[in-house]
Amino acid sequence: MLRRLMLSPTLRPFLLIILLLVLWDLAIRIFSIPAYLIPRPEQVVGQLISEWSRLLNESWKTTQATLGGFALTILFGIPVAMVIAYSKLVESYVYPLLVFSQSIPKIAIAPLFVVWFGFGILPKIISAFLLGFFPVVVSTVMGFKSVEPDMLDLARSMGATRLQTFLKISLPHALPAIFSGLKVSITLAVVGAVVGEFVGSNSGIGYVLQVANGNFDLPLMFAALVVLSSIGVILFLAIDVVERLMIPWHASQRQLF
Amino acid sequence: MLMPNAPLIEARGVTKIYQTKDGPVESLRSLDFSIRDGEFVSVVGPSGCGKSTLLKMVAGLLGVTAGSLTLAGQPIEGPQKDVGIVFQSAVLLAWRTVLDNILLQAEIRRMPKAEALAKAQKLIAMAGLEGFEGKYPWQLSGGMQQRASICRALLHDPSVLLMDEPFGALDALTREKMNLELQRIWLESKKTVLLITHSIPEAVFLSDRVIVMSERPSSIAAIYDIDLPRSRTLDMMGTPEFSVYAKKVRSHFYAQGSLDH
Ligand SMILES: Nc1ncnc2c1ncn2[C@@H]1O[C@H](COP(=O)(O)OP(=O)(O)O)[C@@H](O)[C@H]1O
Ligand SMILES: [Mg+2]
Repeated sequence: MLRRLMLSPTLRPFLLIILLLVLWDLAIRIFSIPAYLIPRPEQVVGQLISEWSRLLNESWKTTQATLGGFALTILFGIPVAMVIAYSKLVESYVYPLLVFSQSIPKIAIAPLFVVWFGFGILPKIISAFLLGFFPVVVSTVMGFKSVEPDMLDLARSMGATRLQTFLKISLPHALPAIFSGLKVSITLAVVGAVVGEFVGSNSGIGYVLQVANGNFDLPLMFAALVVLSSIGVILFLAIDVVERLMIPWHASQRQLF
Repeated sequence: MLMPNAPLIEARGVTKIYQTKDGPVESLRSLDFSIRDGEFVSVVGPSGCGKSTLLKMVAGLLGVTAGSLTLAGQPIEGPQKDVGIVFQSAVLLAWRTVLDNILLQAEIRRMPKAEALAKAQKLIAMAGLEGFEGKYPWQLSGGMQQRASICRALLHDPSVLLMDEPFGALDALTREKMNLELQRIWLESKKTVLLITHSIPEAVFLSDRVIVMSERPSSIAAIYDIDLPRSRTLDMMGTPEFSVYAKKVRSHFYAQGSLDH
């Protein structure tokens, strides 16, 4: 029974986390690392417990900014990718520009968003959007372009309209690629939201991180990092669930099918 | 409407030139042939000689550069209603079951649902796919996938079946089996079949006539009538008559190089 529990796939990551915590604790003891460099795990857990309601509150704000940016990513990224995939002309104009814009470090321009959009949630959303946008576009373009030419010829031979071809063939075909882009994008959107909170905000996990950093409150900082990663993991898993529901036929999902 | 044995597909001086970045590429040069209603015709030729191009032009997926190509007396312009296509790979949709893949043809052509379903079930029975209607393509062997794609090509009851190396990806044993089944389907349905293949035995075994193409820019090197009785058996492949036909076809490729694929 215990053996079964230990081997269950959902529990495996947690087992690994416990193992890492033990190693972390051991390393601090063995190498006598001072607490101002790395806090001890129990200090971090202590902060997680005592600051629980504040961390929960701030993480909700970060989550909102992340989801806002992610919604923009879906709303703009997928249509832009579709246009790029369908038009060589648009691709030749837009794609290089996209790659160029992606190479700009977002942290460097994040302060500008504050100047433009104020201290509210908007600059955070924009920052989350900008970080999450690119992977979705790249994988969606790839998804739409990888439809076999024979498949398209077949549809044409049946007299399919462009809309029919899109709905019945291209879109379902592109979904697995779109989802893999969305999964990368959601974790980057979390980072984007935090970047937004770093530069101009008085709320969110990014703000907690910054305050903790200023006060040399390492346990709080680590606690905030744990919460932040948890947000990323939970959102990622949520997309994973949607993916399973939407593309049960895909090779990556077959064991569950 | 058509006279018996009237030409169903007719090509007169059909030429295809592709416009590419590196300039025009002449793929087919002045083809003349005609295919009668109900006839089984194969096209063999070296790789890259324009066989797929020819098939796509007959399907109306590609325009001809010069010459005239007609189906039942009408010039072929744009995708044809009365044609079904089978490609080298089965091109089944991974997210649809076998039955739903076959019904794709009906959905896109907006055929009446009940009628299409009845027709699909008949074809499934004919192709020996009973019990697999609810399976997904990845659960099927290559041969079964290709049978499903043949069913899909026949769902709207076209008078012409176009096949582009349909069995090229199958192993030799499955291929022979599929050849037998294709002959049976053809004998039952009396469709006009244009089969592209790079297997000389396959072409001789199945066809009423074999069109042999030359290297690029390709034209028709020869057309052979295959006067072997129907229905043919695999054992006939060992007979002297069969060998004579195969040898005739093969001689073209030894003269010009090889049938590399
Ligand atoms: N869309 C295209 N654009 C330019 N050239 C093409 C195109 N399709 C085929 N070709 C050329 O036409 C020739 C014939 O191709 P294809 O019909 O596919 O030959 P086969 O089916 O006999 O192997 C090849 O040389 C190929 O490079
Ligand atoms: Mg070909």
